[in-house]
Amino acid sequence: MKILVCISNVPDTTTKITFTSDNTQFNTAGVQYIVNPYDEIALSRAIELSEGGKGTVTVLNVGEAATDPTIRKALAIGADDAVRINAVPRDAYFTAYQIAEYVKTADFDIILTGRESIDYNGNQVAAMIGEFLEIPSISIIKKLDYDGTTATIEREIEGGKEIVTVTGKFVASCAEGVAEPKIPNMRGIMSARTKPLTVVEAKDIEEVAKVVSFETPAPRGAVKLIPADEATSLIGLLHTEAKVI
Amino acid sequence: MSVLVYVEQVDGKFKKSVFEAVSYAKAIAAQTGTTLSALSIGEVSETELQELGKYGAEKILSVTTTELKKFVNQAYAAVVAEAAQKEGADIIVLSNSFSGKGLAPRVAVKLKAGLVDGAIELPKTDGGKFLVKKTAFSGKAFAVTELTSAVKVIALNPNAFGVKESPATPVVEAFSPAVQAGDLTAIVKEIVRATDKVSLPDAELVVSAGRGLKGPENWGMIEELAGLLGAATACSKPVSDADWRPHAEHVGQTGIAISPNLYIAIGISGAIQHLAGVSSSKVIVVINKDPEAPFFKVADYGIVGDAFEVVPKLIEALKAHQA
Repeated sequence: MKILVCISNVPDTTTKITFTSDNTQFNTAGVQYIVNPYDEIALSRAIELSEGGKGTVTVLNVGEAATDPTIRKALAIGADDAVRINAVPRDAYFTAYQIAEYVKTADFDIILTGRESIDYNGNQVAAMIGEFLEIPSISIIKKLDYDGTTATIEREIEGGKEIVTVTGKFVASCAEGVAEPKIPNMRGIMSARTKPLTVVEAKDIEEVAKVVSFETPAPRGAVKLIPADEATSLIGLLHTEAKVI
Repeated sequence: MSVLVYVEQVDGKFKKSVFEAVSYAKAIAAQTGTTLSALSIGEVSETELQELGKYGAEKILSVTTTELKKFVNQAYAAVVAEAAQKEGADIIVLSNSFSGKGLAPRVAVKLKAGLVDGAIELPKTDGGKFLVKKTAFSGKAFAVTELTSAVKVIALNPNAFGVKESPATPVVEAFSPAVQAGDLTAIVKEIVRATDKVSLPDAELVVSAGRGLKGPENWGMIEELAGLLGAATACSKPVSDADWRPHAEHVGQTGIAISPNLYIAIGISGAIQHLAGVSSSKVIVVINKDPEAPFFKVADYGIVGDAFEVVPKLIEALKAHQA
């Protein structure tokens, strides 16, 4: 069994988000980059499924050389080898196309991603890979079991869940619950340095979307504090002032 | 040229988020001077389909093919793409629901279209560009995305646009798309849904509680308050991690992101990861006994006090208000 886990290089969750060049560029100054937390969940499940000689886990990132430390972190967590497709991941369509083209040259049984990246909050790449490869894709999954041929997957839906089975190759995007994120140990960190990282050149594809500018939310006005012994006045304020009830 | 909106049904009914998507699609059709068609897949009564007319659907394609009764994104994407081609649609709108998130990207690839998911405003089309604003950086920013492709796909965030009436008398047309067996290899075995409660992503009002409640046995007052308001209940990550509340209620960075009209946070400190999931709520009320709780910084109304004293008072005041 061969599993491919697609990882995204994203700003740490506590990063203060600011922009430069007239709000057209994300300000990368002083930003710490991490493996996208949802991708870490996907990677952790992939490692669990492959344990005991049942398979191998490859991590893939579409990015430039600057993302190598993030890829090494994924290798330290326990992936066997890594691939970097050498390009700026300009949008989901481009990124998914690159991954799909790479998968056509290799033979993976399962392709996993995180449910979304915490920067652009898209939920696009997994389902796009599925469509480019014409294989099933299941988005936002909470549970993944695999018996060697058939996967049993729990997918989130509004107010509940759906159980889906897939036989054959598939893509899934993982949410919380699929696995507990693994933390690299010293042996993992040491061995990550020597694990293979292959660099592949990107292919051309027509541009369909691009981010042209950013905006930051308008700051909220100061909080209106209500003394605890006048708590009941909140209901009136929500009705007459905020007009939400 | 026309606009096509995919209307997701659940047990033969449309939810508010669907009427919002139709309202939004109608506004785009008006903006671009074209017509709006809706596509429904699955068994939906004529009466329910006619509801879509209220919000501006002029034509409804209704697919009742047996193999397509259950949502499988691969097969549904083929149907949406075929309908778009049949209607000559160059803008396709969907709701950014859990199923929509699995469907929209596949539709986009089929039609070589750019996709904006998580759209929160109408597109700006002046100056020959097609620009759509979406949430980014987990609620900490917005990204304005330009779609440069001929066909464009937009997945609209629930509660971002609102429902707007624009009455039309829709013509319902049966549509029998081609179905490929190869698109139906993912098999839906079971759907488990709590039907007695307001679904969290769709909810206009949300009452949420955290560790300050001390234990799962104390959620009675939260549910009572939510019940009186007609609100959904939610919780913080530590609460769902401790299994005090189901995981489906967890809002925040790693849970569900919501943008209700009113979010009441009780006994939640407001860690950055929690705020990421709720900061786009229109009005935020924070009840916390710690005046230093970071949540107060992003709140519209705050009560510094013990939840066990404040919440019962609110319940009484609400009962009096509703009487």
